[in-house]
Amino acid sequence: MHSPRENPFPVFLYRAFVFGFGGLSLIYLVAPIVIAITMSFTAGQTLKYPPEGFSLRWYEALLDPVRSGTEHIAAGNSLKIAALAVLGSLLFAVPATIGMARMRRSTVNALEPFLLAPLVLPSLVYGLAALIVANFVGFQPSLWLTVIGHVVVFGPLMYRAASVVAQGINPSLAEASTVMGATWYTTLRRVILPLLAPGILAGAFLVFIQSLDNVSVSLFLADAQTTVLPLRMFALIEESLDVRVAAMSGILIGLTLVVMLVARRVLAPSRQA
Amino acid sequence: MKASGFPYVLPMLLLSVAFFATPLAVLVGFSFIGPDGPSLHNYARFLGDAFNYRVLVNTATLGLQTIASTTLLGIPIALFYWHSGKTARQVIIFLTLIPMLTSNVVRTFAWIVILGRQGPISETFVALGLAERPFTLMSTELGLVLAMCQIDLPLIILPLIAILSRTPVQFTEAAQVSGAGPWRILVTVLLPMMLPGLLAGWILVFASTSASFVTQAVIGGARNVYVPQLIYREVGTLFDWPMASAIAVVLLLSTGILLVAMTMISRHRRLVGHA
Repeated sequence: MHSPRENPFPVFLYRAFVFGFGGLSLIYLVAPIVIAITMSFTAGQTLKYPPEGFSLRWYEALLDPVRSGTEHIAAGNSLKIAALAVLGSLLFAVPATIGMARMRRSTVNALEPFLLAPLVLPSLVYGLAALIVANFVGFQPSLWLTVIGHVVVFGPLMYRAASVVAQGINPSLAEASTVMGATWYTTLRRVILPLLAPGILAGAFLVFIQSLDNVSVSLFLADAQTTVLPLRMFALIEESLDVRVAAMSGILIGLTLVVMLVARRVLAPSRQA
Repeated sequence: MKASGFPYVLPMLLLSVAFFATPLAVLVGFSFIGPDGPSLHNYARFLGDAFNYRVLVNTATLGLQTIASTTLLGIPIALFYWHSGKTARQVIIFLTLIPMLTSNVVRTFAWIVILGRQGPISETFVALGLAERPFTLMSTELGLVLAMCQIDLPLIILPLIAILSRTPVQFTEAAQVSGAGPWRILVTVLLPMMLPGLLAGWILVFASTSASFVTQAVIGGARNVYVPQLIYREVGTLFDWPMASAIAVVLLLSTGILLVAMTMISRHRRLVGHA
């Protein structure tokens, strides 16, 4: 019997699978992002790819307050909703993280699935359920209703990000602070929150991005006046395949990249020590 | 101060009960509202209709096709990560996170460009003489699966990478020293180790496909209809909320059944090996 090592063919095939096929898969994963960015600089009128020439005309069209008034309002609404959703999840999820860190493991195991459930549920189903109840109680779709929906659906992201950090915090740090005579408020402000900061930042980043991108909750909970950016883009795509959507995509991808690089700086484990 | 943590958890718990659990309970209740009092009318009507039934089957098929294709592409990417050094590993994570954190609508838009008549696929086929004239993959199942697979691929890569990053490289050395070839190591050591990550990824991918309303509507087109669009149509154009609720419950149940099945498989120790 000869060992498979003596036969170079399977080894070659394996390498081709991992580095060849795997490499191609990575290209397939990233190519659409590159295509969306390059498309946004087209000088042409259509979505022909490769783009016909280079220009900033679609960015100009998008920034023009007269031609893109609706898009500006939609972007404003989306940013407002995302900011409020981050604030809401800070208020609800961060205390929950702190509280859970003080509870017995068995209690946490019992409560946690309940808090995290919105992450598994298709959010379209939740949007519909929230619409039915709001209507029942007498609330019409509005910006505030959308914010509440986003806090419920994305708050768990903040909880999960912060609790990953909370689990690593040595409980005797808070105890030491209390023993030294610090009030609970001082302990919270000077010890617990600074230790939790990286998790809270990561959570805020995730909630912001998800809220900005959300269609399925906003679809049901936002009213006609509160057009949000993804729904506006959806409408532009369905109606006319307006090339301004490419410019919007370019801006959104740029924003994601910037925030990712900043987050990497802030959250890089080597810099925490 | 060993105060109880419960007061801190209470606001979020109340939020979950009032704004999450209650609406869902009401949704389920709504789904039983028939023309003359409580009944299974909506369910019977939904499942009895041949068109709806086909939509349900199509949705499940799309989910399974996406799971299969993301797995096929996700495993070699995870192995690429496994066989790479520190810098290459960071690059792979970065390349996975960019599309994942990019808006779904943006990614869908990118696929409109790619799949369109004037897009790179059609142009390449024409240039190589593989197609006589430009063609579009929009409104086709193939186009939709191509797009969904790219959109959901990070969901399967990240759990796999999470497992591999915790595993020391020496893990496969024993097998290597005893003369096992790379394929044998993949099947007997690496794949069993990655199985819990695959299960986690499959759940995420399936949940994501059953909710990607925009991608399905835009790329699937009018001819390929899936359950999320059906729900939206009942609410937005037909105003039949009880019917929409019933469809939503069916969607939830099918996702839930898969979730429970996956959890049970992952707890079955003989399948997962030593994990």
